[in-house]
Amino acid sequence: MTDATAAHAVLHGVTRVYPGANPVHALGPIDLSITRGSFFSVVGPSGCGKSTLLDVLAGLSPPSAGRITFEGQPVNGTVPDGVGVVFQEDSSFPWLTVRDNVAFGLRRIGTDPAEIARRVDHAIGFMGLTDFAAAYPAQLSGGMRQRVCIARTLVLRPRLILLDEPFGALDQQTRLLMGDELLRLWRETDATVLLITHALDEAAMLSDRVGVMSARPGRFIDLLDTGWPRDRDSRIVSDPGFGAITARLWSSLRTESMKAIGARA
Amino acid sequence: MIRRREGLLDGALIVLVILIVWQGLYAYAGAVALTPPWQTVRYAIGLFGTPSFWGHLRGTLAAFGWSLLISAVLGIALGLWLGAFRFAGDVAEPMLTSLYTIPKVTLYPVILLLFGLGPSAKIAFGVIHGMIPVVLFTLGAVKTIRPVLLRTARAMRLSPMQTARHVLVPAVLPEIASGLRVGFSLCLLGVLIGEMFASQRGIGFLIINGINSHNVRLTTAVTLIVILFAVGANSALLMLDRRLHHSR
Amino acid sequence: MKRTIVTRPAMSRARRVVWTRWGITLLLVLLLEAACRLGFVPKLAVLPPSEVIAAMVALLSTQEVLTNVAETFSTVAIAFTASVLTGFVLGVALHGAPRLRRAIDPLLASYYAVPIFVFYPLLVALLGLGALPLMAIGYLAAVPAMLIATLLGLDRVPPVLRRVARMHRLGRVSTAVLVILPAALPNLFQGIKLSLAYAFIGVIAGEFILSSGGLGYAIAFAYDSFDNRTMYGLMLFVLLSAVISNGLLSSWESRLQRRRGLQ
Repeated sequence: MTDATAAHAVLHGVTRVYPGANPVHALGPIDLSITRGSFFSVVGPSGCGKSTLLDVLAGLSPPSAGRITFEGQPVNGTVPDGVGVVFQEDSSFPWLTVRDNVAFGLRRIGTDPAEIARRVDHAIGFMGLTDFAAAYPAQLSGGMRQRVCIARTLVLRPRLILLDEPFGALDQQTRLLMGDELLRLWRETDATVLLITHALDEAAMLSDRVGVMSARPGRFIDLLDTGWPRDRDSRIVSDPGFGAITARLWSSLRTESMKAIGARA
Repeated sequence: MIRRREGLLDGALIVLVILIVWQGLYAYAGAVALTPPWQTVRYAIGLFGTPSFWGHLRGTLAAFGWSLLISAVLGIALGLWLGAFRFAGDVAEPMLTSLYTIPKVTLYPVILLLFGLGPSAKIAFGVIHGMIPVVLFTLGAVKTIRPVLLRTARAMRLSPMQTARHVLVPAVLPEIASGLRVGFSLCLLGVLIGEMFASQRGIGFLIINGINSHNVRLTTAVTLIVILFAVGANSALLMLDRRLHHSR
Repeated sequence: MKRTIVTRPAMSRARRVVWTRWGITLLLVLLLEAACRLGFVPKLAVLPPSEVIAAMVALLSTQEVLTNVAETFSTVAIAFTASVLTGFVLGVALHGAPRLRRAIDPLLASYYAVPIFVFYPLLVALLGLGALPLMAIGYLAAVPAMLIATLLGLDRVPPVLRRVARMHRLGRVSTAVLVILPAALPNLFQGIKLSLAYAFIGVIAGEFILSSGGLGYAIAFAYDSFDNRTMYGLMLFVLLSAVISNGLLSSWESRLQRRRGLQ
C-alpha cells in the first residue's frame, strides 16, 4: 500500500436509488478510481447527485448496487477508519467551545489526554483559530465556523478527506483564501482529497483532476487533468491555463446545467 | 391522495380509541363517575331542547364574547404600541410572560371584590387570561418584522397611514391570528373557571352544580359540549391560522 | 497632551431595561399603597401592599399555613417531575413514529384549547378526594407542554449533526447523549419551564375550585369567610412562588445560553 500511484478509493458500478412510491435514481452507475495523495474535485449541475456520491463513498449511506473500496477494504454503509468528512452546512456543535469541538473525535476514541492536547493545539493553530480556542461557535463568523469543522476532521489525521461544498455559504474572497488553506492542508498532510463543489473556478484552481457530472442520475461525462504543480495557490487564477480549464469545464457542463434548470422549472 | 386517505383512517382510529377508553373508564369507575359515550351524546342533545340550558349557554357565550372582544382590541393595541417602542417592549415582555405563567385563579377573589358577583367579574377574568397571549404575539410580530419591508415602504414614499395599511398590518396579521387563537382558548378558560368558582349562571356553574348535586349525567354531558366547542373552534382557527401563515 | 473627553459611563441598554422594569414594579406597588391609604380604593376590597406583605410574613410562621404550603408544593413537585419525565419519553417515542404522530397531532394542537378543569370532577370520581386528583390535574396540564417541546427540539436538531455523529462512528447511545440531547436542550428547557408553570397552575386551580386542602383551598376559604388579610397574604405568597421558581429556571436557562455564546 506504499505505492504512491496506487488507487486509494475505488468505485465500481456504484448506483444509488432512493426507494419509495416514486423511486429516484440519484446516481450512477459510476466507475471511478481516486489516486492516493491526489486532489480530486467533482463539479456538476445542482441536484445531480454530487452529495450522494460523497455519502456512499464516505459510508454514510449504502449504495443500491456496485462496490466501493477504500485502501482495499469494502465500504458499505459505515464510515471507515481513516476517512474524514467536512459537510456543506455548519456542523460545529454550538454547545462546545472551539477547543472541545476539535477534541470531540479524539475523546471518543479514547486518546491519551496529553496527546489530545498536543494534536488539538496543532489543528487549532493550523487553521488559525488559536485566539478563538475558548470561544463558542455562535461568537464566530461563518468562515471561522467552517474552519472549526475542518480542524475537527483534520485532527483525526484522515487519509482520505471528503469535503461537500464546504465553502458554499462563504463570500468569494473568503472562498479563495479558504481554498489556499485547503491546498496547504492537503500538501502538509499527504492526504487524498475529494472536493464536491459547484464553483468551476474553485475546481479548476485547486484540483489535480476534475470530474464533471451529468444531470440526474449523476454520471461522469468528463475527466480532466489540470497538470498544476503540487506547490500552488490561488494566484494561479491569473495563469492562462486556468481560463482554458474553466472554459472546458463549462463547455462540458453547460447543456447538463440547462437540463437541471429545465427539469426543475 | 394516499396521504389524505391515510389521515382520515388514522383520525377515525383516534376517535375510536377515545371512545373505547371512555367506555373502559365507565366500566371501571361506574355511573358515579361518568356516563358512557352514547348515553352522554343523547343527553347532551336533549339539553339543547331545554330553555334553562339555553339560559346558561347564553350567559357563558355573552361573557366569553365580551371578554374575547376586549382582549382582542386591548391586546392588539397594546401589542402594537409596545412593539413600536422597542424600549417599552423590552421592559414589558418578561413582565407579561411571568403574568402568563402565574396561577391567575388565585386573583379571582380580588376580581370578585372589585367587580361584584355577576357577568362583569367573569368578563374581567376572561380578559386577564386572554389578553396576554394577544399582546405577546402582536408584540413579537411587530418586533420581528423584516426591516427591509419598512425600507421598501419608505423607498416607495408611502405615508405613515399607507405604510400601516399596506405593509405593517399584512406583515403582522398571521402572528396576530395565532395570538387570537390562543387568546380564544384562554378567554374561554377564564370565563369557565370564573363560573365554576362563584356564579349562579353559565356552563361552568352547571358543571359544578352537577358535581354538588351528584348529577353525573349533567356533568358529563356539559363537559362533552365544552370539549367539542373548544376543539371545534380551535381546529377552525388553526386552519385559518395555517392558511394565513402559508400565504406568504 | 489633549484632554480626553469624559463621557458619562453609559448604562448598558440591557441594564437600563432591567432597572426600568424594577422601577415600574415598585412604582405600581407604591401607587397601590397610596390609593389604598388615601381611600381611592375601598379598603374592604383591596389591602395596601404593606399590609399584604406583613400578613404574608405573619402567615408563614403559623403551623397551619406551613402544612398547606408543604402539601401544595409536594403535590406540584410530584406532578411536575412526572410530567417532565413522561412528556420527554412520549416525545422521543412519538418522534420515532411519524404516522402515529401525524394522527395525534390534531389532538395535541387542540389540547390546550380545552379548559382542563372540566375533567376535575371526573378525576375526583376516579381517584377520590385528596392529593391524587390534584396531582393528576397538574400532571395532565403539564405533560403536553413537555411532549410538544421535546418533539420540537428533536425536529430542530440539524440533520448534519447526525451525520457528524456517524462520521465519528458513534453508537446509538453516544449519539443520543453527546449530540442529539445537547442540540435539543434549549427546547427541552422551554418544556421544563412551561411544565412547572402549568403544573403549578393546575394544582392551585384544582385546590381552589374543589378541594379541602392546600394553598388554593385556603385562599378560597379565606374569601368565603371574608378574611381578606389571610386571602391577600396567601395570594401574594402563591404569586411570588410562581414568579420566583420561574425566574430561577429562566436565569439557569440564560446562563446555559450564555455558555453557548448566545445573548
